[in-house]
Parts: sequence; C-alpha cells; structure tokens
Amino acid sequence: MTDPMPHTGSPETDDMLDDVSIEDDLRPTDPDTPEPMIQLDGVSKTYPGSDIPAVDALTLDVPKGEILILVGPSGCGKSTTLRLINRMIEPTGGRIIFDGRDVTRVNADELRRHIGYVIQQIGLFPHRTIAENVGTVPKMLGWDKAKISARVDELLEVTGLDPSIFRDRYPKELSGGQAQRVGVARALGADPPVLLMDEPFGAIDPITRDRLQNEFLRLQDELQKTIVFVTHDIDEAIKMGDRIAILRDRSQVAQLDTPQRILSLPIDDFVADFIGSGAALKGLNFERVRDLDLADYPVARSDIGHAKAVEMLREAHQRWLLLLDEQERPLRWLNEPALDRTDRPITETGLPVTATVEPNATLHDTLEAMLNSSTGCAIVTDERGRYQGVVEIEVLNAAITRMRHEARDHYEELGLDHSSAPPHVSAPSGNGR
Amino acid sequence: MSGFQNWLEYLNDRQELIQELTIEHAILVIQVMVAAIALSVLLGILVHRVEVLSNIALSITSIFITIPSLALFTLFIPIVGIGKRPAQIALFMYALLPILRNTVTGLNGVNPAVEESAKGMGMSSTQRLLKVKLPLAWPVILTGIRVSTLLITGIAAIATLVGAGGLGDLIQAGFSRLGLPGAYEPLWTGVIFTVLLALTFDLMYLVLRRFTTPSGIR
Repeated sequence: MTDPMPHTGSPETDDMLDDVSIEDDLRPTDPDTPEPMIQLDGVSKTYPGSDIPAVDALTLDVPKGEILILVGPSGCGKSTTLRLINRMIEPTGGRIIFDGRDVTRVNADELRRHIGYVIQQIGLFPHRTIAENVGTVPKMLGWDKAKISARVDELLEVTGLDPSIFRDRYPKELSGGQAQRVGVARALGADPPVLLMDEPFGAIDPITRDRLQNEFLRLQDELQKTIVFVTHDIDEAIKMGDRIAILRDRSQVAQLDTPQRILSLPIDDFVADFIGSGAALKGLNFERVRDLDLADYPVARSDIGHAKAVEMLREAHQRWLLLLDEQERPLRWLNEPALDRTDRPITETGLPVTATVEPNATLHDTLEAMLNSSTGCAIVTDERGRYQGVVEIEVLNAAITRMRHEARDHYEELGLDHSSAPPHVSAPSGNGR
Repeated sequence: MSGFQNWLEYLNDRQELIQELTIEHAILVIQVMVAAIALSVLLGILVHRVEVLSNIALSITSIFITIPSLALFTLFIPIVGIGKRPAQIALFMYALLPILRNTVTGLNGVNPAVEESAKGMGMSSTQRLLKVKLPLAWPVILTGIRVSTLLITGIAAIATLVGAGGLGDLIQAGFSRLGLPGAYEPLWTGVIFTVLLALTFDLMYLVLRRFTTPSGIR
C-alpha cells in the first residue's frame, strides 16, 4: 500500500490560476467530444500529518450530460475525489473547473448550492417535511413561495412520489426507497447542472435498487445532467455509467472508458481483477442481435415431403433444417436421422424449437437462449415470430473478438494522440485476454 | 388530626408571607436559569466540536456541582456581601452542568449524514447550526434545562442562610424552633411549597417541550 516514492502535488499547477489559460489549455481538441462540464486539473489532497496523498494529481474531464462512474476498491479515494469536486474536502493542489470557470477558490457554500449532492445515508432533515426538505436549496437561493411549491411538486412527481401524499410527511414516515427518491429530488432542487452521487443506492435492497437505478436512468435521459457517481459495485458501474473510471490507490485512474470497452479490454491486471470473472459475459449486454451476421440455415414449410427435405439438407451442407409453419414461424429442427424415420409425420419428428430471440435482444440473452436450446443455436424471429435467421455460438465468439479488436484499435489510435490519452493507455498491454 | 388543622390555620394566617416567599423563590430560580441557559448553551455550541474543550468545560462544571452547597453559598460573601448576590452566584454554578452536558450531547448526537447533506447543499456553518443542529438537539437541551431547574429549585432553599430569602426562610424558621410548639408548620410549609414550585416548573417545561419540538422528531 505504501508508495516508495511519495509525490507531492505538482507545484506548477498553483501558478496557473489565471482564467484565460483555461480556454487554450483545457478545451478538448476533438470536436466530437462535448464540452466538459467538470474538469479536474491535477487535483490533489494530502491530509495534514500524512506524507502520502489521498488523491494524487488527478486530472479528469466530465463532458456535459455524461454519467461518469468512479469505481474502485475501498480506500482507493473515490469518495474523497467526489467530495473534492464540491469542495466538501478542500483540495491541497490543482484546480477544479466548472463549465470553464475556475471554482477552486470561490465561496464553497455558494458553489454547493449549484451542485446536487446525494449520499448513501441520504441525510434528510428529520425535523422538516418532505416538501421543506426538497425546497431547501431553492429557499436558500431566495425563490418565492409559489415557485418553490411548484418546483417541489414537480420534483416529487418526476421521482415517482405523489405530492398530495408525500408533501407534508416527515422523513421518519418513509421507506428506504422513498427516502432515497426524496434525496434525489432534494439534490435536483434548484435544477443544478451537476449531480454528485456517493453510492446513492448502496443501502437499498437489491430489488428496489434495480428499480431506482432504472428510474434514475430514465430521468437522466430527460434531464441530461452531468453526473459523477461513486460506487464500489462494478455491476452498478457497468449499468449506470456512460464512462467508468476505475481507480486504484490514491485515486490514480487505472482505466477510463466506456463500460463496453473496459469489459472488452481491461488495460491491465488490476482492472481485470477488479472486473472479476465474467467480463466477456457482461460485455455481451452491450451488443444486440440485430447487429450480428445471422447464419443461413435451410428452411422449409411443413408441407414439404421427407425426401425433399433430405435433399435440401444435403444441398445446404448443414446438419439441421428448420421447419416453418404457414406464418413463417419456426416449428422444428430436422436432421437426417430424424428425416429417415418416414413413419412419423414431418411435423412430429426432429427436435422442438425452444430458443428464439428478437432482434433487439442482447447477446447475453441470446447466449442464455442458446444454452437452453436443443441444437446449440438460437433462432432470431421478428416481432410477429417470423423466422429471420440463426445465431450460432461462433457468431457470439466473433462478436466478442470484434469488440476486443475495436477496443484495441481505439486504444492504439489514442496511443498516437497523447494529449487525450488517459494514463496507462498509451501503451496497451496486449495481455491476450 | 389537630396537627393538620394547625397547619391549615397557619397557612391561612400566613397567606401573604407564604405567597411573597414563594414568588421570591421563583424569581431567584428564574433569574439564575436565564443566565445559566444563556451561558451553558453558548458554551456548549462553542466547545461541542472539540472533544478536549468539551471535556474541560464539563469537568469544571462537574466540580462546581460537587462543592457542598452550604459552603458554596457562603464562599462568595466576602466578595459580594450577603443577600441575593451570593445565592445567585452559587445557584448559577450548580445550574450549568446539566444544561452544558445535554447541549454537547444533543449537538453531537445529530446524525452525521444530516450534517453532511446540509453542508453539501451549501448551508453555511451558521445556517447548519441554527436550522439543523439546534432544532434537532433542542429536545435534549430542554431536558437538561428541566433537570437543572428542578435541581436549583431545591437547592435555593439554602439561600436563606445568606439572606437571600425565599421559601428557605420558612424552613429556617421551623428549624430554629425545633422542639417548641409551632416549629413544624413553617418547616412543612417551606418543604411543600418548594416541591409544588418545582412541579409547576416541570409542568411548564412539559408544555414548552410539546410546543417547541418539531413534529418530525416528536
């Protein structure tokens, strides 16, 4: 854990405080990247009496409208990092820039009124009603009563709480899930452009958590806030994140990328270990059947004769022939041994079709279907159940390989462009995973 | 039952005196309490965040409460003379500990998550204290004030010894006549009215608590 060569915060960052330089230095050069809402520039925190920084010269951009997940083992400084952003903890080095404005030295209380903050324990005010809790920041900002009241109702509604029921209740009357909704509503109080969330769903039972996560993602689709979200749960990170920053000791970024690319190509053993087993399996959630090249199998209507079917099968050089009904819906898998038994009607021989998926199914679901299938492949049908094609295990294999290649190509491309490459990325370690 | 009848007669005869002494006693307690509440709550607010300071403040006020009351009342006579003043000082010193202790406990008992979220929403430290911590700590602080009031209502009976008046005068009168007829009537009157006064204060605090505790934490 101890660093043999403790670094101190780079001294030059303190001298670059004039706002003018931000425009030139920190705007992204890539025109495709949206403007960063939050920029951390060499932000460090060293606690008094300690030589080793808790956060060591962290540089990070969060584009507008993005959910960035900070994830890492406990003690890696992810919560400290989050609390540095709204200066709950004052940084000892570096700059924090919001929307191009250096806020490292502005009044911290004033700053926090414009940043939503949600913590795991929620911390609702027990002596105030739900409406008063949600209206806390608008009230501090001096909104008039009618405006606050309208805003409170609006926020309760978007977070799935009926205002007529919950407005005048007290926090002690809420369940954990409801309290967390109020926590989110309160953080959105004065419509801040940025939300900081510290394990917001960590203390909630798995079923409610899943629902809150889904609702929150739906809400985010509408609101398009810039969100920094801390969790220790890699699955939550994969689900919630537009990008994930995997942090190691002292908040050093081990890998910063989309969930898909991190799963496809963990940059080193630390990341691979952290993601744990099943990275390829989790990665299958990001691809859908409609993007695959479907395999071609011989198909026939149920009125085909045995002899004709055998002939078709031989011509196609396939082991299986798929029997369809009049609406082109798959009925049965037929192979030669089955077709040789001419004593049975063609619709009762062979194997039943058990695995069908629709084009928008994820590859994860498709694999599940395949494992349950009698023939080891999944049939793709459209929304009316009509036959579209077949997914074979080799296609999944190819998809995983392709994702991995895409990720590697992406990193190699980044490796050439040092300005935007996150640390560790410039030299992709082909660890063959 | 002639003893009880004698007592009722005594009450009837000395109505005015008893009323006067009760009011004097009550005023002494109220004066002391106002000063003690102001100092203790303020001190509690100042020291509660720093454990060392809290411990120092609590230790000192604990020492006050262990000084025998007879001694404490007379200790200040050389400095301020006899009368109300030495009694007020002594009672004030006794009243501090329960309020201070409950203020520190109450403020430190506020859920850290509540404080964290208050800070995270941009409340200044003054706003956090006035709008979050004090309202939440209030029931605990009020309990300290209540205990303190009961404590000094009883001890204030000793004030008579330094010439501060109050219901102690009656107890003292009975005491000095012990063994003679008519000794027990003033003695009992002093005791009973002191207890009744304490109960009245207690009742007032119950009502106050009911109306000043936010309903979310009642």
